[in-house]
Amino acid sequence: MSATMNGKPLLETKGVSKSFGPVQALTKVDFDVYPGEVIALVGDNGAGKSTLIKGIAGIYGFDEGDVYFDGKKVSIHSPREAAALGIEVVYQDLALADNLDVVANMFLGREWTQGVPSTTGAQEATTGLRKYLRNLLPLTEIDMEKRAVRTLDELAVTTLRSVRLPVSSLSGGQRQSVAIAKAVLWNSKVVILDEPTAALGVAQTRQVLNLVRRLAEKNLGVVVISHNLHDIFKVADRITVLRLGHKVTTYIAKETTEQEVVHAITAGQLTRVPGMTQ
Amino acid sequence: MTDIIQESDESVQSALLASQAPQSPAEYLNAMWRRIRSGDIGTLPIVLGLVVIAIIFQTANQNFLTPRNLVNIVIQMAGIAVIAYGMVYVLLLGEIDLSAGYVSAVGGVSAAILLRDSLMNPSLAWIDWWNVIPIALLITTAIGFLHGFIITSFQLPSFIVTLAGLLAWNGVVLMIVGDGGTVNIQNPVVRNLASEVLPPIWSWIIIGLFIASYGVLDFMTANARRKAGLRAKPTPIMIGQLVIMAAIGAFVAYIFNINRALTSAAPPQQGMPVIAVIMLVMLMVLTFVAERTRFGRYVYAVGGNKEAARRAGIRVERIRVLVFMVSGLMAGMGGIILASRLKSVATDAGGGNLLLYVIAAAVIGGTSLFGGRGKVVSAVLGALVVASVENGMGLLNVSSGVKFVVTGLVLLAAVVIDALSRRGQQTGR
Repeated sequence: MSATMNGKPLLETKGVSKSFGPVQALTKVDFDVYPGEVIALVGDNGAGKSTLIKGIAGIYGFDEGDVYFDGKKVSIHSPREAAALGIEVVYQDLALADNLDVVANMFLGREWTQGVPSTTGAQEATTGLRKYLRNLLPLTEIDMEKRAVRTLDELAVTTLRSVRLPVSSLSGGQRQSVAIAKAVLWNSKVVILDEPTAALGVAQTRQVLNLVRRLAEKNLGVVVISHNLHDIFKVADRITVLRLGHKVTTYIAKETTEQEVVHAITAGQLTRVPGMTQ
Repeated sequence: MTDIIQESDESVQSALLASQAPQSPAEYLNAMWRRIRSGDIGTLPIVLGLVVIAIIFQTANQNFLTPRNLVNIVIQMAGIAVIAYGMVYVLLLGEIDLSAGYVSAVGGVSAAILLRDSLMNPSLAWIDWWNVIPIALLITTAIGFLHGFIITSFQLPSFIVTLAGLLAWNGVVLMIVGDGGTVNIQNPVVRNLASEVLPPIWSWIIIGLFIASYGVLDFMTANARRKAGLRAKPTPIMIGQLVIMAAIGAFVAYIFNINRALTSAAPPQQGMPVIAVIMLVMLMVLTFVAERTRFGRYVYAVGGNKEAARRAGIRVERIRVLVFMVSGLMAGMGGIILASRLKSVATDAGGGNLLLYVIAAAVIGGTSLFGGRGKVVSAVLGALVVASVENGMGLLNVSSGVKFVVTGLVLLAAVVIDALSRRGQQTGR
């Protein structure tokens, strides 16, 4: 799948490090995501996967190193800034409000209202008093529902009976699909999925993996964190292995084996091996 | 690149198609029935409860269902319902406001004291009903802000902070009124707020407007949805609902307009109480805010999943403070209504079982104590139940001991129904 690697990376970290007090969670990690590819991020517990993702998502800053987005150096200080660039994270707990319906969840925090032109971006142009008044303007439910349905349709999420059902009534796979659809609703360019298939049944896992593949087909850069190598080999184009805060290597999925990746995860092979990209 | 894994079911229609499929009235009712069975029972128990209450008290005392007594119940429930509007917002967050009773008393006593002083102190002569009410509401809203500010900045449970508020504001009321004293309200407007009635024709106009605006909105929404290619409420269902509402509305207007005077020699008493109009208008405004605006959506979101709301960029702490301000505002309004009903504010204002009646009203009406589920209208329905029980037992001359026990049991039943319906929703997954 090296074809997808032509062109420039969408997202790139160069030598990023992060420590929490005495604990060095991440040490000089280079990581890149190309458009139209699924890259898996694997490693044992404490390898630094979450730290890397949270840094990219703006939950906290890196201590050193640079982040480039679309070739430009950026500094991301909050999830909002990450979203404004087009980076969306789907966390393992999905962050859905069970009591709200599918549409309300997909638009949560960015609802369209009357009197203000609908924007697709995460950032809002309105400022000052109007920004506050907007919270009391009528929501444009019909526009939001149309958009939500269209997005679900583009992703071929077919199992929802209605987008007006509360999320509490959905299955695990449907919830994951809604969370992913929510992430791509905003013309995002990079979608990061944290353990998207954990706690899903066989059929639902398949559903979600197909969805992940479709994101890449739409030319998004997709990062998947997972412990399940079986799933990863089904969807990933490249596999980056982290161990104890260091990047071990990046494999091309087609040119490596599960054994090799397991070995890298547990033994941390830091020398050059066949299949390495750098 | 196509699907690398075979799609499990090719025949499933797309979300778009599913959402466009027109729904027949039968399918609509079917879906409704499924919702009820899965635990989303809405206002169903309360309607049944009201019927039971009406039958029990009417058999015990023939005066219960007289127009005179029904209007009494409306006046009795107004204060509770208005305070409970605010409580619904607080409960939607998954919080509680135990201070609402005494904050309402602060609102009532502020208005009463200012009005009294304006009669004696020439420099306060500018005070009249139209500015004293906003002042009192400003005070109670500020109290709500204070509670919310303390809760969010020190990350304390609202239960504890508002419990402290319950004690402290009780003390403030005592200090203002003075031991054993009573502040009478002379101002005619504030005095008659709870007892004034409109000319009979207005019962028809107001209830008619209310139902007509509901119907027009309903039809417009359905039309717009159909135009946009989305599933809309079937027209026969809308017409059916409207007919039922119109029948109930006409019956209520008819009851309001029956002469309630005890003797035929007395001047006629008929018409809709002003307080009922106020209750209705507030219901519409607060329902709109809760269900049709971003602010309301955020209240539900914070109550449903605080972390999800935070990650969606919602300023959770700000929403919480604002909701406690809404609670303070509504408490103040309720306090003025209660003061008007008694035409005075005494040292026991806001005490007794007011707070429990308010919480009971919201919960009985179907608002969950666990946050995220409920409607503003539940405050009115619950207050109707609470006021009916209180009123009916008053007619039966039972001791206050029995009253408390019965109200407690009604509240318990409501909470049990809430818990059971929650369990139903979870297993319905």
